[in-house]
Amino acid sequence: MTLSTRIWALHLAVLAALLAGSVLLPAYHQTNVAKVMVLATYAMGYNIAFGYTGLLSLGHALFFGAGLYGAGLLVQHAGLPAGPALLAGILAGGAMAAAVGLLALRTQGVAFMIVTLMFAQAGYLTILYNTAWTRGEEGIVIAREARMLFGHDLSADLPRYLAAFALFAAGLVVKLWLVRSPTGRVMIALRENEERSRMLGYDPYARKLAALVISGLYAGAAGAAYGLLFGYVGASLASTQYSILPLLWVLLGGAGTVLGPLVGALSMFYLIDYSSAFTTASLLVVGVALVLLVLFAPRGILGTIRERWLKWLP
Amino acid sequence: MAAVTLLEARDLTRHFGGLKAVNGVDFELAEGEIHALIGPNGAGKTTFVSLLCGRIPVQSGTIRFDGADITRLPAHKRVRRGIAYTFQITQVFANLSVFDNVALAVQRRGGRLDVDTRAALDRVGLADRAGQIAGTLSYGHQRVLEIAMGLALDPRLLILDEPTQGLANAEIDIFKTLVRQVVPDTTVLLIEHNMDVVMDLAQRITVLNFGEVLATGTPGDIRANPAVQAAYLGG
Repeated sequence: MTLSTRIWALHLAVLAALLAGSVLLPAYHQTNVAKVMVLATYAMGYNIAFGYTGLLSLGHALFFGAGLYGAGLLVQHAGLPAGPALLAGILAGGAMAAAVGLLALRTQGVAFMIVTLMFAQAGYLTILYNTAWTRGEEGIVIAREARMLFGHDLSADLPRYLAAFALFAAGLVVKLWLVRSPTGRVMIALRENEERSRMLGYDPYARKLAALVISGLYAGAAGAAYGLLFGYVGASLASTQYSILPLLWVLLGGAGTVLGPLVGALSMFYLIDYSSAFTTASLLVVGVALVLLVLFAPRGILGTIRERWLKWLP
Repeated sequence: MAAVTLLEARDLTRHFGGLKAVNGVDFELAEGEIHALIGPNGAGKTTFVSLLCGRIPVQSGTIRFDGADITRLPAHKRVRRGIAYTFQITQVFANLSVFDNVALAVQRRGGRLDVDTRAALDRVGLADRAGQIAGTLSYGHQRVLEIAMGLALDPRLLILDEPTQGLANAEIDIFKTLVRQVVPDTTVLLIEHNMDVVMDLAQRITVLNFGEVLATGTPGDIRANPAVQAAYLGG
Protein backbone atom coordinates (compact mmCIF):
# COMPACT_ATOMS: atom_id res chain seq x y z
CA MET A 1 0.00 0.00 0.00
CA THR A 2 1.52 3.35 -0.99
CA LEU A 3 1.74 6.14 1.52
CA SER A 4 -0.96 8.12 -0.21
CA THR A 5 -3.35 5.16 -0.25
CA ARG A 6 -2.70 4.49 3.41
CA ILE A 7 -3.40 8.11 4.35
CA TRP A 8 -6.64 8.27 2.39
CA ALA A 9 -7.69 4.86 3.69
CA LEU A 10 -7.28 5.99 7.29
CA HIS A 11 -9.24 9.21 6.82
CA LEU A 12 -12.00 7.58 4.83
CA ALA A 13 -12.25 4.91 7.52
CA VAL A 14 -12.77 7.61 10.12
CA LEU A 15 -15.48 9.13 7.95
CA ALA A 16 -17.09 5.72 7.48
CA ALA A 17 -17.14 5.22 11.25
CA LEU A 18 -18.80 8.59 11.74
CA LEU A 19 -21.34 7.77 9.04
CA ALA A 20 -22.07 4.46 10.75
CA GLY A 21 -22.82 6.52 13.86
CA SER A 22 -25.96 7.74 12.13
CA VAL A 23 -27.54 4.32 12.62
CA LEU A 24 -25.54 2.91 15.54
CA LEU A 25 -25.56 5.77 18.00
CA PRO A 26 -28.43 6.28 20.44
CA ALA A 27 -30.28 9.58 20.03
CA TYR A 28 -28.50 11.35 22.88
CA HIS A 29 -25.04 10.61 21.52
CA GLN A 30 -26.16 11.29 18.00
CA THR A 31 -26.98 14.86 18.97
CA ASN A 32 -23.66 15.14 20.78
CA VAL A 33 -21.59 13.79 17.93
CA ALA A 34 -23.45 15.98 15.44
CA LYS A 35 -22.48 18.97 17.55
CA VAL A 36 -18.90 17.70 17.84
CA MET A 37 -18.64 17.31 14.07
CA VAL A 38 -19.74 20.91 13.52
CA LEU A 39 -17.36 22.18 16.18
CA ALA A 40 -14.58 19.97 14.80
CA THR A 41 -15.11 21.60 11.40
CA TYR A 42 -14.57 24.92 13.12
CA ALA A 43 -11.44 23.49 14.78
CA MET A 44 -10.17 22.13 11.45
CA GLY A 45 -10.34 25.65 10.09
CA TYR A 46 -8.54 26.93 13.15
CA ASN A 47 -5.91 24.25 12.66
CA ILE A 48 -5.27 25.39 9.07
CA ALA A 49 -4.31 28.83 10.40
CA PHE A 50 -2.67 27.80 13.66
CA GLY A 51 -1.47 24.24 13.28
CA TYR A 52 -0.28 24.43 9.70
CA THR A 53 0.52 28.08 9.02
CA GLY A 54 1.57 29.04 12.54
CA LEU A 55 -0.94 31.87 12.97
CA LEU A 56 -1.97 31.92 16.61
CA SER A 57 -5.25 33.80 16.41
CA LEU A 58 -7.31 34.58 19.48
CA GLY A 59 -10.12 36.02 17.43
CA HIS A 60 -11.65 33.15 15.51
CA ALA A 61 -14.96 33.58 17.33
CA LEU A 62 -15.42 36.58 15.04
CA PHE A 63 -15.31 34.32 11.97
CA PHE A 64 -17.50 31.69 13.62
CA GLY A 65 -19.87 34.50 14.66
CA ALA A 66 -19.83 35.93 11.13
CA GLY A 67 -21.05 32.59 9.82
CA LEU A 68 -23.55 32.18 12.64
CA TYR A 69 -25.08 35.63 12.24
CA GLY A 70 -24.49 35.81 8.50
CA ALA A 71 -26.81 32.84 8.14
CA GLY A 72 -29.03 33.48 11.16
CA LEU A 73 -29.89 37.11 10.46
CA LEU A 74 -30.71 36.36 6.84
CA VAL A 75 -33.01 33.52 7.84
CA GLN A 76 -34.64 35.54 10.58
CA HIS A 77 -35.02 38.92 8.89
CA ALA A 78 -34.91 38.19 5.16
CA GLY A 79 -36.60 34.81 5.26
CA LEU A 80 -33.76 33.19 3.33
CA PRO A 81 -33.94 29.39 3.07
CA ALA A 82 -31.32 27.31 4.90
CA GLY A 83 -29.24 26.46 1.81
CA PRO A 84 -28.51 30.01 0.63
CA ALA A 85 -28.16 31.09 4.27
CA LEU A 86 -25.47 28.47 4.80
CA LEU A 87 -23.65 29.73 1.73
CA ALA A 88 -23.95 33.33 2.96
CA GLY A 89 -22.55 32.27 6.33
CA ILE A 90 -19.54 30.59 4.71
CA LEU A 91 -18.81 33.70 2.66
CA ALA A 92 -19.30 35.95 5.69
CA GLY A 93 -16.69 33.96 7.59
CA GLY A 94 -14.22 34.20 4.73
CA ALA A 95 -14.87 37.91 4.14
CA MET A 96 -14.46 38.68 7.82
CA ALA A 97 -11.19 36.75 7.92
CA ALA A 98 -9.96 38.66 4.86
CA ALA A 99 -10.84 42.02 6.42
CA VAL A 100 -9.23 41.18 9.76
CA GLY A 101 -6.25 39.50 8.10
CA LEU A 102 -5.45 42.49 5.90
CA LEU A 103 -4.78 44.50 9.04
CA ALA A 104 -3.82 41.93 11.65
CA LEU A 105 -1.25 40.18 9.45
CA ARG A 106 0.84 43.32 9.52
CA THR A 107 1.70 42.15 13.02
CA GLN A 108 3.26 38.93 14.24
CA GLY A 109 3.39 36.75 17.32
CA VAL A 110 1.95 38.28 20.48
CA ALA A 111 0.82 41.41 18.66
CA PHE A 112 -1.15 39.26 16.22
CA MET A 113 -2.82 37.48 19.14
CA ILE A 114 -3.81 40.80 20.71
CA VAL A 115 -5.03 42.39 17.48
CA THR A 116 -7.19 39.38 16.58
CA LEU A 117 -8.52 39.27 20.14
CA MET A 118 -9.51 42.92 19.96
CA PHE A 119 -11.23 42.52 16.61
CA ALA A 120 -13.22 39.60 17.97
CA GLN A 121 -14.15 41.57 21.07
CA ALA A 122 -15.31 44.45 18.86
CA GLY A 123 -17.41 42.00 16.89
CA TYR A 124 -18.94 40.56 20.05
CA LEU A 125 -19.82 44.02 21.34
CA THR A 126 -21.29 44.92 17.96
CA ILE A 127 -23.65 41.98 18.26
CA LEU A 128 -24.72 43.08 21.74
CA TYR A 129 -25.06 46.69 20.66
CA ASN A 130 -27.41 45.94 17.78
CA THR A 131 -30.02 44.29 19.96
CA ALA A 132 -32.83 45.25 17.63
CA TRP A 133 -31.44 42.88 15.01
CA THR A 134 -29.57 40.32 17.04
CA ARG A 135 -31.69 40.18 20.21
CA GLY A 136 -28.43 40.62 22.11
CA GLU A 137 -27.50 38.11 24.74
CA GLU A 138 -30.84 36.40 24.52
CA GLY A 139 -30.13 35.48 20.92
CA ILE A 140 -32.35 34.32 18.10
CA VAL A 141 -34.13 31.01 18.10
CA ILE A 142 -34.52 29.89 14.52
CA ALA A 143 -37.91 28.41 13.88
CA ARG A 144 -38.19 24.83 12.76
CA GLU A 145 -39.84 25.81 9.47
CA ALA A 146 -36.74 27.83 8.52
CA ARG A 147 -34.44 24.89 9.09
CA MET A 148 -35.27 22.84 6.02
CA LEU A 149 -32.45 21.79 3.69
CA PHE A 150 -33.36 20.03 0.43
CA GLY A 151 -36.67 19.04 1.99
CA HIS A 152 -35.10 17.59 5.14
CA ASP A 153 -35.89 18.87 8.60
CA LEU A 154 -32.57 19.82 10.20
CA SER A 155 -34.13 19.87 13.65
CA ALA A 156 -34.73 16.11 13.47
CA ASP A 157 -31.96 13.84 14.76
CA LEU A 158 -31.01 11.89 11.64
CA PRO A 159 -31.04 14.69 9.03
CA ARG A 160 -29.14 16.87 11.48
CA TYR A 161 -26.54 14.19 12.06
CA LEU A 162 -26.16 13.60 8.33
CA ALA A 163 -25.92 17.31 7.58
CA ALA A 164 -23.22 17.72 10.25
CA PHE A 165 -21.46 14.69 8.82
CA ALA A 166 -21.58 16.08 5.27
CA LEU A 167 -20.10 19.35 6.48
CA PHE A 168 -17.36 17.63 8.43
CA ALA A 169 -16.56 15.16 5.65
CA ALA A 170 -16.26 17.94 3.07
CA GLY A 171 -14.06 19.92 5.44
CA LEU A 172 -11.86 16.92 6.18
CA VAL A 173 -11.35 15.92 2.55
CA VAL A 174 -10.56 19.48 1.48
CA LYS A 175 -8.18 19.88 4.39
CA LEU A 176 -6.38 16.61 3.77
CA TRP A 177 -5.97 17.52 0.12
CA LEU A 178 -4.87 21.05 0.99
CA VAL A 179 -2.18 20.21 3.53
CA ARG A 180 -0.64 17.59 1.24
CA SER A 181 -0.66 19.93 -1.77
CA PRO A 182 2.16 22.32 -2.75
CA THR A 183 0.12 25.12 -1.16
CA GLY A 184 0.04 23.19 2.10
CA ARG A 185 3.77 22.68 1.93
CA VAL A 186 4.24 26.44 1.73
CA MET A 187 1.90 26.97 4.69
CA ILE A 188 3.98 24.58 6.76
CA ALA A 189 7.17 26.27 5.55
CA LEU A 190 5.82 29.61 6.79
CA ARG A 191 5.09 28.08 10.17
CA GLU A 192 8.57 26.59 10.37
CA ASN A 193 10.61 29.54 9.11
CA GLU A 194 9.03 32.60 7.59
CA GLU A 195 12.28 34.30 6.62
CA ARG A 196 13.51 31.22 4.79
CA SER A 197 10.22 30.97 2.93
CA ARG A 198 10.46 34.60 1.89
CA MET A 199 13.94 33.96 0.51
CA LEU A 200 12.57 31.11 -1.57
CA GLY A 201 10.34 33.69 -3.24
CA TYR A 202 7.09 33.27 -1.33
CA ASP A 203 5.18 36.33 -0.20
CA PRO A 204 4.49 35.58 3.49
CA TYR A 205 1.75 38.22 3.78
CA ALA A 206 -0.24 36.96 0.81
CA ARG A 207 0.19 33.32 1.78
CA LYS A 208 -0.83 33.89 5.38
CA LEU A 209 -3.80 35.94 4.27
CA ALA A 210 -4.91 33.10 2.00
CA ALA A 211 -4.56 30.59 4.84
CA LEU A 212 -6.53 32.84 7.18
CA VAL A 213 -9.32 33.26 4.62
CA ILE A 214 -9.57 29.49 4.16
CA SER A 215 -9.64 29.19 7.94
CA GLY A 216 -12.37 31.83 8.03
CA LEU A 217 -14.43 29.95 5.42
CA TYR A 218 -14.32 26.86 7.67
CA ALA A 219 -15.25 28.90 10.72
CA GLY A 220 -18.05 30.58 8.80
CA ALA A 221 -19.37 27.26 7.54
CA ALA A 222 -19.30 25.81 11.04
CA GLY A 223 -20.97 28.89 12.53
CA ALA A 224 -23.74 28.91 9.93
CA ALA A 225 -24.28 25.18 10.31
CA TYR A 226 -24.38 25.48 14.09
CA GLY A 227 -27.15 28.06 13.89
CA LEU A 228 -29.18 26.11 11.36
CA LEU A 229 -28.72 22.66 12.91
CA PHE A 230 -29.25 23.59 16.53
CA GLY A 231 -31.60 26.49 15.95
CA TYR A 232 -29.87 29.01 18.12
CA VAL A 233 -27.93 32.14 17.18
CA GLY A 234 -26.61 33.85 20.29
CA ALA A 235 -23.89 36.29 21.25
CA SER A 236 -22.30 33.81 23.66
CA LEU A 237 -21.26 31.76 20.61
CA ALA A 238 -19.22 34.75 19.38
CA SER A 239 -17.62 35.47 22.74
CA THR A 240 -13.94 35.09 23.61
CA GLN A 241 -14.63 31.61 24.88
CA TYR A 242 -15.34 30.52 21.32
CA SER A 243 -11.96 31.88 20.24
CA ILE A 244 -10.18 29.88 22.91
CA LEU A 245 -12.10 26.62 22.49
CA PRO A 246 -10.84 25.75 18.98
CA LEU A 247 -7.31 26.45 20.19
CA LEU A 248 -7.80 24.00 23.06
CA TRP A 249 -9.40 21.35 20.84
CA VAL A 250 -6.55 21.64 18.37
CA LEU A 251 -3.90 21.52 21.09
CA LEU A 252 -5.58 18.54 22.71
CA GLY A 253 -6.00 16.61 19.47
CA GLY A 254 -2.69 17.63 17.94
CA ALA A 255 -1.84 20.88 16.16
CA GLY A 256 -0.87 20.34 12.56
CA THR A 257 -2.61 16.98 12.24
CA VAL A 258 -5.63 16.53 9.99
CA LEU A 259 -7.68 14.46 12.44
CA GLY A 260 -6.46 16.25 15.57
CA PRO A 261 -9.34 18.74 15.72
CA LEU A 262 -11.91 15.92 15.67
CA VAL A 263 -10.06 13.96 18.32
CA GLY A 264 -9.66 17.08 20.44
CA ALA A 265 -13.23 18.30 20.13
CA LEU A 266 -14.65 14.82 20.74
CA SER A 267 -12.42 14.17 23.77
CA MET A 268 -13.15 17.47 25.41
CA PHE A 269 -16.85 17.28 24.75
CA TYR A 270 -17.14 13.90 26.42
CA LEU A 271 -14.70 14.82 29.16
CA ILE A 272 -17.08 17.60 30.16
CA ASP A 273 -20.13 15.44 29.54
CA TYR A 274 -18.97 12.56 31.75
CA SER A 275 -17.35 14.63 34.47
CA SER A 276 -20.42 16.79 34.87
CA ALA A 277 -22.32 13.63 35.80
CA PHE A 278 -20.47 13.47 39.11
CA THR A 279 -19.19 16.99 39.72
CA THR A 280 -20.29 20.54 39.02
CA ALA A 281 -16.61 21.45 38.61
CA SER A 282 -16.36 19.85 35.18
CA LEU A 283 -14.19 22.69 33.90
CA LEU A 284 -11.70 21.80 36.63
CA VAL A 285 -11.47 18.33 35.10
CA VAL A 286 -10.80 19.92 31.71
CA GLY A 287 -8.14 22.11 33.30
CA VAL A 288 -6.41 19.13 34.86
CA ALA A 289 -6.56 17.28 31.55
CA LEU A 290 -4.93 20.20 29.79
CA VAL A 291 -2.19 20.48 32.41
CA LEU A 292 -1.48 16.76 32.03
CA LEU A 293 -1.43 17.22 28.28
CA VAL A 294 1.10 20.03 28.45
CA LEU A 295 3.27 18.02 30.84
CA PHE A 296 3.21 14.65 29.14
CA ALA A 297 2.06 15.12 25.56
CA PRO A 298 2.73 18.73 24.53
CA ARG A 299 2.10 17.85 20.89
CA GLY A 300 -1.42 16.68 21.66
CA ILE A 301 -2.91 13.23 21.27
CA LEU A 302 -2.31 12.68 17.55
CA GLY A 303 0.83 14.79 17.57
CA THR A 304 2.32 12.41 20.12
CA ILE A 305 1.14 9.36 18.21
CA ARG A 306 2.74 10.77 15.09
CA GLU A 307 5.98 11.52 16.91
CA ARG A 308 6.27 8.08 18.47
CA TRP A 309 4.66 5.69 16.04
CA LEU A 310 2.89 6.90 12.93
CA LYS A 311 5.41 9.23 11.30
CA TRP A 312 3.41 9.31 8.08
CA LEU A 313 0.32 10.87 9.68
CA PRO A 314 -0.50 14.12 7.86
CA MET B 1 35.98 42.31 -18.31
CA ALA B 2 33.75 43.11 -21.25
CA ALA B 3 30.92 40.94 -20.02
CA VAL B 4 27.36 42.15 -19.47
CA THR B 5 26.62 43.68 -16.09
CA LEU B 6 24.05 41.60 -14.25
CA LEU B 7 23.84 43.62 -11.06
CA GLU B 8 24.88 47.14 -10.33
CA ALA B 9 24.76 48.97 -7.01
CA ARG B 10 25.32 52.72 -6.85
CA ASP B 11 26.12 54.64 -3.68
CA LEU B 12 24.39 52.02 -1.57
CA THR B 13 24.01 53.06 2.05
CA ARG B 14 22.64 51.55 5.23
CA HIS B 15 23.41 52.90 8.66
CA PHE B 16 22.29 51.40 11.95
CA GLY B 17 22.22 54.36 14.30
CA GLY B 18 25.79 55.63 14.29
CA LEU B 19 27.15 52.46 12.73
CA LYS B 20 27.86 52.90 9.04
CA ALA B 21 27.36 49.25 8.12
CA VAL B 22 27.27 50.00 4.40
CA ASN B 23 28.39 53.45 3.35
CA GLY B 24 28.21 54.61 -0.27
CA VAL B 25 29.16 51.34 -1.91
CA ASP B 26 29.47 51.13 -5.70
CA PHE B 27 29.50 47.57 -6.94
CA GLU B 28 29.14 45.64 -10.17
CA LEU B 29 28.65 42.00 -10.94
CA ALA B 30 29.43 40.73 -14.42
CA GLU B 31 27.14 38.03 -15.77
CA GLY B 32 28.59 34.57 -15.32
CA GLU B 33 31.42 35.45 -12.97
CA ILE B 34 32.31 34.14 -9.54
CA HIS B 35 32.78 37.20 -7.42
CA ALA B 36 34.01 37.01 -3.83
CA LEU B 37 33.23 39.56 -1.15
CA ILE B 38 35.78 39.62 1.61
CA GLY B 39 36.64 41.83 4.53
CA PRO B 40 37.23 41.70 8.29
CA ASN B 41 34.44 40.78 10.67
CA GLY B 42 31.94 43.62 10.88
CA ALA B 43 33.00 45.07 7.55
CA GLY B 44 29.38 45.06 6.39
CA LYS B 45 29.47 42.09 4.04
CA THR B 46 26.26 40.42 5.21
CA THR B 47 24.47 43.76 5.47
CA PHE B 48 25.57 44.58 1.93
CA VAL B 49 24.25 41.37 0.39
CA SER B 50 21.11 41.70 2.51
CA LEU B 51 20.51 45.01 0.76
CA LEU B 52 21.05 43.32 -2.58
CA CYS B 53 18.56 40.55 -1.90
CA GLY B 54 16.08 42.77 -0.08
CA ARG B 55 16.19 41.36 3.42
CA ILE B 56 17.14 44.82 4.70
CA PRO B 57 15.68 47.99 3.15
CA VAL B 58 18.06 50.39 1.45
CA GLN B 59 18.46 53.86 2.98
CA SER B 60 19.89 55.49 -0.11
CA GLY B 61 21.44 54.50 -3.38
CA THR B 62 20.13 52.27 -6.16
CA ILE B 63 20.34 48.64 -7.17
CA ARG B 64 19.80 47.55 -10.74
CA PHE B 65 19.43 43.90 -11.63
CA ASP B 66 19.29 42.73 -15.22
CA GLY B 67 18.62 46.28 -16.37
CA ALA B 68 15.73 47.01 -13.99
CA ASP B 69 15.71 49.09 -10.84
CA ILE B 70 15.00 46.74 -7.94
CA THR B 71 15.93 49.10 -5.09
CA ARG B 72 12.43 49.11 -3.59
CA LEU B 73 11.36 45.63 -4.64
CA PRO B 74 10.43 43.33 -1.72
CA ALA B 75 12.72 40.35 -1.14
CA HIS B 76 10.35 37.66 -2.44
CA LYS B 77 9.94 39.50 -5.74
CA ARG B 78 13.70 39.75 -6.12
CA VAL B 79 13.91 36.00 -5.63
CA ARG B 80 11.36 35.64 -8.42
CA ARG B 81 13.58 37.73 -10.68
CA GLY B 82 16.40 35.31 -10.04
CA ILE B 83 18.30 36.42 -6.96
CA ALA B 84 18.77 33.52 -4.56
CA TYR B 85 20.32 33.92 -1.13
CA THR B 86 21.67 31.18 1.09
CA PHE B 87 21.92 32.02 4.74
CA GLN B 88 25.08 32.44 6.76
CA ILE B 89 23.50 30.65 9.68
CA THR B 90 21.94 27.51 8.29
CA GLN B 91 18.22 28.04 7.91
CA VAL B 92 16.90 24.84 6.45
CA PHE B 93 13.38 23.79 7.49
CA ALA B 94 14.58 21.58 10.31
CA ASN B 95 11.29 19.72 10.83
CA LEU B 96 10.65 18.98 7.18
CA SER B 97 12.20 16.25 5.09
CA VAL B 98 15.19 16.94 2.89
CA PHE B 99 12.92 16.37 -0.09
CA ASP B 100 10.37 18.94 1.09
CA ASN B 101 13.08 21.51 1.70
CA VAL B 102 14.21 21.37 -1.91
CA ALA B 103 10.69 20.81 -3.27
CA LEU B 104 9.71 24.18 -1.79
CA ALA B 105 12.29 25.81 -4.01
CA VAL B 106 11.38 23.72 -7.07
CA GLN B 107 7.62 24.27 -6.84
CA ARG B 108 8.07 28.04 -6.51
CA ARG B 109 9.67 28.31 -9.91
CA GLY B 110 7.11 25.91 -11.36
CA GLY B 111 9.50 23.01 -11.87
CA ARG B 112 8.52 19.36 -12.11
CA LEU B 113 8.22 18.59 -8.43
CA ASP B 114 9.51 15.06 -8.23
CA VAL B 115 11.98 14.98 -11.12
CA ASP B 116 13.62 18.35 -10.48
CA THR B 117 13.78 17.87 -6.73
CA ARG B 118 15.50 14.52 -7.11
CA ALA B 119 17.87 16.03 -9.68
CA ALA B 120 18.76 18.90 -7.37
CA LEU B 121 19.45 16.46 -4.53
CA ASP B 122 21.48 14.27 -6.84
CA ARG B 123 23.61 17.21 -7.84
CA VAL B 124 24.75 17.82 -4.25
CA GLY B 125 24.89 14.16 -3.26
CA LEU B 126 21.92 14.15 -0.90
CA ALA B 127 19.63 11.97 -3.03
CA ASP B 128 19.85 8.98 -0.70
CA ARG B 129 18.78 11.17 2.22
CA ALA B 130 15.64 12.61 0.60
CA GLY B 131 13.33 11.14 3.21
CA GLN B 132 15.38 12.18 6.21
CA ILE B 133 14.24 15.04 8.46
CA ALA B 134 16.53 17.96 7.63
CA GLY B 135 17.25 18.82 11.27
CA THR B 136 18.79 15.39 11.81
CA LEU B 137 21.38 15.88 9.05
CA SER B 138 24.98 16.56 10.01
CA TYR B 139 25.99 20.21 10.01
CA GLY B 140 27.93 19.80 6.79
CA HIS B 141 24.98 18.18 5.06
CA GLN B 142 22.69 20.97 6.25
CA ARG B 143 25.04 23.51 4.67
CA VAL B 144 24.95 21.51 1.46
CA LEU B 145 21.15 21.32 1.63
CA GLU B 146 21.01 25.08 2.06
CA ILE B 147 23.04 25.44 -1.14
CA ALA B 148 20.86 22.86 -2.89
CA MET B 149 17.78 24.96 -2.05
CA GLY B 150 19.43 28.00 -3.58
CA LEU B 151 20.40 26.08 -6.70
CA ALA B 152 16.97 24.50 -7.02
CA LEU B 153 15.54 27.99 -7.53
CA ASP B 154 17.52 27.97 -10.78
CA PRO B 155 18.67 31.53 -10.04
CA ARG B 156 20.51 33.97 -12.26
CA LEU B 157 22.44 35.20 -9.26
CA LEU B 158 23.32 33.00 -6.33
CA ILE B 159 24.48 34.80 -3.20
CA LEU B 160 26.31 32.48 -0.83
CA ASP B 161 26.93 33.84 2.66
CA GLU B 162 29.93 32.02 4.12
CA PRO B 163 28.99 28.70 2.57
CA THR B 164 32.07 26.76 3.67
CA GLN B 165 31.92 27.81 7.31
CA GLY B 166 32.23 24.69 9.41
CA LEU B 167 32.73 22.34 6.46
CA ALA B 168 35.43 19.68 6.40
CA ASN B 169 38.09 19.86 3.68
CA ALA B 170 36.52 17.08 1.64
CA GLU B 171 33.16 18.88 1.76
CA ILE B 172 34.84 22.12 0.70
CA ASP B 173 36.19 20.36 -2.39
CA ILE B 174 32.70 19.14 -3.27
CA PHE B 175 31.42 22.66 -2.75
CA LYS B 176 34.04 24.14 -5.06
CA THR B 177 33.21 21.65 -7.79
CA LEU B 178 29.54 22.52 -7.38
CA VAL B 179 30.11 26.26 -7.75
CA ARG B 180 32.27 25.77 -10.82
CA GLN B 181 29.49 23.74 -12.40
CA VAL B 182 26.81 26.41 -12.01
CA VAL B 183 28.73 29.21 -13.74
CA PRO B 184 28.37 30.77 -16.24
CA ASP B 185 24.61 30.08 -16.33
CA THR B 186 24.40 31.35 -12.80
CA THR B 187 26.45 34.25 -11.50
CA VAL B 188 27.86 33.63 -8.03
CA LEU B 189 28.49 36.20 -5.31
CA LEU B 190 30.34 34.63 -2.45
CA ILE B 191 31.02 35.95 1.04
CA GLU B 192 33.89 33.87 2.28
CA HIS B 193 36.51 33.90 5.01
CA ASN B 194 38.47 30.92 3.75
CA MET B 195 41.14 32.57 1.58
CA ASP B 196 42.05 29.32 -0.17
CA VAL B 197 38.48 28.99 -1.40
CA VAL B 198 38.36 32.65 -2.43
CA MET B 199 41.65 32.60 -4.33
CA ASP B 200 40.78 29.30 -5.91
CA LEU B 201 37.24 30.12 -7.07
CA ALA B 202 36.85 33.84 -7.55
CA GLN B 203 37.55 35.63 -10.80
CA ARG B 204 37.11 38.95 -9.09
CA ILE B 205 37.23 40.01 -5.48
CA THR B 206 35.76 43.01 -3.71
CA VAL B 207 37.16 43.94 -0.31
CA LEU B 208 34.90 45.74 2.13
CA ASN B 209 36.18 47.53 5.21
CA PHE B 210 34.12 49.69 7.60
CA GLY B 211 31.23 49.59 5.18
CA GLU B 212 33.21 50.91 2.22
CA VAL B 213 34.88 49.32 -0.78
CA LEU B 214 38.58 49.11 -0.17
CA ALA B 215 39.51 47.48 -3.45
CA THR B 216 38.12 45.47 -6.36
CA GLY B 217 40.14 43.34 -8.70
CA THR B 218 41.44 39.94 -9.68
CA PRO B 219 42.84 37.67 -6.96
CA GLY B 220 46.33 38.74 -8.08
CA ASP B 221 45.48 42.45 -7.76
CA ILE B 222 43.97 41.96 -4.34
CA ARG B 223 46.89 39.93 -3.07
CA ALA B 224 49.27 42.67 -4.18
CA ASN B 225 47.21 45.55 -2.81
CA PRO B 226 48.99 47.09 0.20
CA ALA B 227 45.81 48.62 1.65
CA VAL B 228 44.11 45.24 1.62
CA GLN B 229 47.10 43.61 3.20
CA ALA B 230 47.05 46.16 5.98
CA ALA B 231 43.34 45.87 6.62
CA TYR B 232 42.70 42.22 6.20
CA LEU B 233 45.31 39.81 5.04
CA GLY B 234 47.63 40.85 7.83
CA GLY B 235 50.60 41.48 5.51
